[in-house]
Amino acid sequence: MNEVLAILLALAGGLAGGLVGVGGGVLFVPALTVFLGLSQVEAESTSLLMIVIVALVGTARQRSYGNVRLREAAVIGVLSPLGVLIGVAVSNSVSQRALELSFAVLVLFVAFGLVRRALSPRL
Amino acid sequence: MAADPAPPANRMLKLAAIGTLAGVFSGLFGVGGGTVIVPLLIFWFGYGERLATGTSLAAIVLIGLLGTVAQGGIYGNVHLLTGLWLSIPAVAGVVAGTAIQQRIPQRAVSLLFAALLVAIAIELIIP
Repeated sequence: MNEVLAILLALAGGLAGGLVGVGGGVLFVPALTVFLGLSQVEAESTSLLMIVIVALVGTARQRSYGNVRLREAAVIGVLSPLGVLIGVAVSNSVSQRALELSFAVLVLFVAFGLVRRALSPRL
Repeated sequence: MAADPAPPANRMLKLAAIGTLAGVFSGLFGVGGGTVIVPLLIFWFGYGERLATGTSLAAIVLIGLLGTVAQGGIYGNVHLLTGLWLSIPAVAGVVAGTAIQQRIPQRAVSLLFAALLVAIAIELIIP
Protein backbone atom coordinates (compact mmCIF):
# COMPACT_ATOMS: atom_id res chain seq x y z
CA MET A 1 0.00 0.00 0.00
CA ASN A 2 2.81 2.40 0.92
CA GLU A 3 4.53 1.59 -2.38
CA VAL A 4 1.32 2.38 -4.28
CA LEU A 5 1.03 5.77 -2.57
CA ALA A 6 4.71 6.51 -3.28
CA ILE A 7 4.12 5.65 -6.94
CA LEU A 8 1.09 7.95 -7.09
CA LEU A 9 3.06 10.84 -5.55
CA ALA A 10 5.94 10.25 -7.97
CA LEU A 11 3.49 10.23 -10.88
CA ALA A 12 1.97 13.51 -9.64
CA GLY A 13 5.45 15.03 -9.21
CA GLY A 14 6.37 14.12 -12.79
CA LEU A 15 3.03 15.46 -14.05
CA ALA A 16 3.63 18.78 -12.28
CA GLY A 17 7.14 18.85 -13.69
CA GLY A 18 5.88 18.46 -17.23
CA LEU A 19 3.03 20.94 -16.81
CA VAL A 20 4.84 23.82 -15.08
CA GLY A 21 8.56 23.14 -15.58
CA VAL A 22 9.67 22.32 -12.03
CA GLY A 23 11.64 19.27 -10.93
CA GLY A 24 8.92 17.67 -8.81
CA GLY A 25 11.05 17.36 -5.70
CA VAL A 26 8.27 18.88 -3.60
CA LEU A 27 6.38 15.60 -4.06
CA PHE A 28 9.30 13.17 -4.44
CA VAL A 29 10.72 13.97 -1.00
CA PRO A 30 7.50 13.10 0.95
CA ALA A 31 7.05 9.99 -1.24
CA LEU A 32 10.49 8.83 -0.10
CA THR A 33 10.24 9.81 3.57
CA VAL A 34 6.60 9.12 4.46
CA PHE A 35 5.97 6.05 2.31
CA LEU A 36 9.39 4.47 1.75
CA GLY A 37 11.01 5.21 5.11
CA LEU A 38 14.06 7.20 4.00
CA SER A 39 15.51 9.88 6.28
CA GLN A 40 15.09 13.53 5.24
CA VAL A 41 18.71 13.82 4.04
CA GLU A 42 18.55 10.51 2.14
CA ALA A 43 15.23 11.51 0.58
CA GLU A 44 16.53 14.89 -0.55
CA SER A 45 19.58 13.30 -2.16
CA THR A 46 17.57 10.53 -3.81
CA SER A 47 14.97 13.05 -4.95
CA LEU A 48 17.75 14.98 -6.73
CA LEU A 49 18.59 11.85 -8.74
CA MET A 50 14.91 11.46 -9.68
CA ILE A 51 14.71 15.13 -10.63
CA VAL A 52 17.64 14.70 -13.03
CA ILE A 53 15.97 11.72 -14.73
CA VAL A 54 12.56 13.40 -14.90
CA ALA A 55 13.98 16.73 -16.12
CA LEU A 56 16.08 14.92 -18.74
CA VAL A 57 13.05 13.13 -20.20
CA GLY A 58 10.94 16.30 -19.85
CA THR A 59 13.59 18.33 -21.68
CA ALA A 60 13.74 15.78 -24.51
CA ARG A 61 9.95 15.91 -24.88
CA GLN A 62 9.86 19.73 -24.76
CA ARG A 63 12.78 19.88 -27.22
CA SER A 64 10.73 17.81 -29.65
CA TYR A 65 7.88 20.32 -29.26
CA GLY A 66 10.37 23.19 -29.92
CA ASN A 67 10.17 24.62 -26.40
CA VAL A 68 13.79 24.55 -25.17
CA ARG A 69 16.64 27.08 -25.50
CA LEU A 70 19.59 24.86 -24.62
CA ARG A 71 22.31 27.52 -24.43
CA GLU A 72 20.27 29.77 -22.16
CA ALA A 73 19.45 26.79 -19.94
CA ALA A 74 23.16 25.93 -19.78
CA VAL A 75 24.07 29.44 -18.54
CA ILE A 76 21.37 29.25 -15.85
CA GLY A 77 22.44 25.78 -14.74
CA VAL A 78 26.16 26.47 -14.60
CA LEU A 79 25.73 29.59 -12.45
CA SER A 80 23.40 27.95 -9.92
CA PRO A 81 26.10 26.36 -7.68
CA LEU A 82 27.44 29.86 -6.98
CA GLY A 83 23.96 30.80 -5.82
CA VAL A 84 23.66 27.68 -3.65
CA LEU A 85 26.85 28.67 -1.80
CA ILE A 86 25.47 32.18 -1.25
CA GLY A 87 22.13 30.75 -0.09
CA VAL A 88 23.70 28.38 2.41
CA ALA A 89 25.94 31.16 3.77
CA VAL A 90 22.96 33.50 4.16
CA SER A 91 20.77 30.85 5.79
CA ASN A 92 23.48 30.28 8.41
CA SER A 93 23.63 33.95 9.34
CA VAL A 94 19.97 35.09 9.22
CA SER A 95 16.89 33.85 11.10
CA GLN A 96 15.35 30.98 9.11
CA ARG A 97 11.85 32.09 10.10
CA ALA A 98 12.39 35.61 8.76
CA LEU A 99 13.73 34.13 5.52
CA GLU A 100 10.73 31.81 5.16
CA LEU A 101 8.26 34.62 5.70
CA SER A 102 9.99 37.00 3.30
CA PHE A 103 10.24 34.29 0.65
CA ALA A 104 6.55 33.49 1.14
CA VAL A 105 5.68 37.15 0.50
CA LEU A 106 7.91 37.23 -2.59
CA VAL A 107 6.36 34.04 -3.94
CA LEU A 108 2.83 35.41 -3.43
CA PHE A 109 3.86 38.62 -5.22
CA VAL A 110 5.15 36.59 -8.21
CA ALA A 111 1.96 34.46 -8.20
CA PHE A 112 -0.10 37.66 -8.32
CA GLY A 113 2.00 38.94 -11.26
CA LEU A 114 1.51 35.69 -13.18
CA VAL A 115 -2.25 35.69 -12.62
CA ARG A 116 -2.57 39.35 -13.64
CA ARG A 117 -0.53 38.70 -16.78
CA ALA A 118 -2.48 35.54 -17.64
CA LEU A 119 -5.81 37.33 -17.27
CA SER A 120 -4.75 40.46 -19.17
CA PRO A 121 -6.62 40.82 -22.47
CA ARG A 122 -3.50 41.99 -24.34
CA LEU A 123 -2.01 38.51 -24.33
CA MET B 1 18.01 20.31 -35.37
CA ALA B 2 19.56 23.79 -35.65
CA ALA B 3 21.83 25.01 -32.85
CA ASP B 4 20.48 27.84 -30.74
CA PRO B 5 22.15 31.21 -31.35
CA ALA B 6 24.49 32.39 -28.60
CA PRO B 7 22.65 34.86 -26.33
CA PRO B 8 23.99 38.47 -26.50
CA ALA B 9 25.80 40.01 -23.52
CA ASN B 10 22.87 41.75 -21.78
CA ARG B 11 20.84 38.55 -21.97
CA MET B 12 23.82 36.63 -20.60
CA LEU B 13 23.86 38.89 -17.55
CA LYS B 14 20.17 38.33 -16.89
CA LEU B 15 20.58 34.57 -17.41
CA ALA B 16 23.51 34.55 -14.98
CA ALA B 17 21.32 36.40 -12.47
CA ILE B 18 18.52 33.83 -12.92
CA GLY B 19 20.96 30.94 -12.42
CA THR B 20 22.46 32.51 -9.31
CA LEU B 21 19.04 33.35 -7.84
CA ALA B 22 17.77 29.82 -8.54
CA GLY B 23 20.79 28.52 -6.65
CA VAL B 24 20.32 30.97 -3.76
CA PHE B 25 16.72 29.89 -3.20
CA SER B 26 17.52 26.20 -3.38
CA GLY B 27 20.38 26.78 -0.95
CA LEU B 28 18.05 28.69 1.38
CA PHE B 29 14.87 26.64 1.22
CA GLY B 30 15.61 23.46 -0.70
CA VAL B 31 12.92 24.35 -3.26
CA GLY B 32 13.90 23.45 -6.80
CA GLY B 33 15.21 26.05 -9.19
CA GLY B 34 12.13 25.86 -11.39
CA THR B 35 10.13 27.99 -8.98
CA VAL B 36 12.53 30.85 -9.67
CA ILE B 37 13.52 30.14 -13.28
CA VAL B 38 10.07 29.91 -14.87
CA PRO B 39 8.63 33.27 -13.68
CA LEU B 40 11.89 35.14 -14.34
CA LEU B 41 12.09 33.80 -17.91
CA ILE B 42 8.48 34.94 -18.41
CA PHE B 43 8.89 38.40 -16.84
CA TRP B 44 12.47 39.29 -17.88
CA PHE B 45 12.61 37.63 -21.31
CA GLY B 46 8.98 37.65 -22.32
CA TYR B 47 9.11 33.90 -22.90
CA GLY B 48 5.82 32.13 -23.48
CA GLU B 49 4.95 29.62 -20.77
CA ARG B 50 5.92 26.59 -22.88
CA LEU B 51 9.35 27.98 -23.76
CA ALA B 52 9.93 29.06 -20.14
CA THR B 53 9.00 25.67 -18.66
CA GLY B 54 10.93 23.72 -21.34
CA THR B 55 14.08 25.79 -20.82
CA SER B 56 13.64 25.54 -17.05
CA LEU B 57 13.59 21.72 -17.25
CA ALA B 58 16.84 21.77 -19.24
CA ALA B 59 18.48 24.02 -16.62
CA ILE B 60 17.20 21.73 -13.84
CA VAL B 61 18.99 18.77 -15.46
CA LEU B 62 22.29 20.59 -14.94
CA ILE B 63 21.42 21.91 -11.48
CA GLY B 64 20.30 18.46 -10.35
CA LEU B 65 23.36 16.74 -11.83
CA LEU B 66 25.70 19.08 -9.96
CA GLY B 67 23.71 18.50 -6.76
CA THR B 68 23.54 14.71 -7.19
CA VAL B 69 27.28 14.46 -7.76
CA ALA B 70 27.94 16.53 -4.63
CA GLN B 71 25.45 14.60 -2.47
CA GLY B 72 26.13 11.11 -3.85
CA GLY B 73 29.85 11.54 -4.24
CA ILE B 74 30.64 13.27 -1.00
CA TYR B 75 27.95 12.09 1.42
CA GLY B 76 26.74 8.84 -0.14
CA ASN B 77 23.10 9.53 0.77
CA VAL B 78 21.52 8.60 -2.58
CA HIS B 79 19.43 5.39 -2.50
CA LEU B 80 20.14 4.39 -6.09
CA LEU B 81 17.70 1.48 -6.57
CA THR B 82 14.80 3.23 -4.82
CA GLY B 83 15.44 6.39 -6.84
CA LEU B 84 15.54 4.45 -10.09
CA TRP B 85 12.33 2.44 -9.67
CA LEU B 86 10.39 5.40 -8.32
CA SER B 87 11.57 7.37 -11.36
CA ILE B 88 9.50 5.09 -13.61
CA PRO B 89 6.09 6.53 -12.58
CA ALA B 90 7.68 10.00 -12.33
CA VAL B 91 8.88 9.77 -15.93
CA ALA B 92 5.44 8.58 -17.03
CA GLY B 93 4.07 11.68 -15.29
CA VAL B 94 6.43 14.09 -17.00
CA VAL B 95 5.73 12.60 -20.44
CA ALA B 96 1.99 12.99 -19.82
CA GLY B 97 2.47 16.46 -18.32
CA THR B 98 4.44 17.83 -21.27
CA ALA B 99 1.94 16.31 -23.72
CA ILE B 100 -1.02 17.86 -21.85
CA GLN B 101 0.82 21.19 -21.71
CA GLN B 102 0.93 21.40 -25.53
CA ARG B 103 -2.86 21.08 -25.64
CA ILE B 104 -3.91 23.68 -23.07
CA PRO B 105 -3.67 27.50 -23.43
CA GLN B 106 -0.35 28.99 -22.25
CA ARG B 107 -2.15 31.25 -19.77
CA ALA B 108 -3.55 28.13 -18.09
CA VAL B 109 0.07 27.09 -17.44
CA SER B 110 0.65 30.46 -15.73
CA LEU B 111 -2.42 29.96 -13.56
CA LEU B 112 -1.28 26.44 -12.57
CA PHE B 113 2.13 27.84 -11.74
CA ALA B 114 0.58 30.58 -9.60
CA ALA B 115 -1.39 27.89 -7.72
CA LEU B 116 1.86 26.01 -7.08
CA LEU B 117 3.47 29.21 -5.76
CA VAL B 118 0.55 29.81 -3.39
CA ALA B 119 0.93 26.25 -2.08
CA ILE B 120 4.65 26.85 -1.51
CA ALA B 121 3.90 30.13 0.30
CA ILE B 122 1.41 28.38 2.59
CA GLU B 123 3.95 25.67 3.33
CA LEU B 124 6.53 28.34 4.20
CA ILE B 125 4.16 30.34 6.41
CA ILE B 126 2.90 27.36 8.43
CA PRO B 127 5.70 26.71 10.95
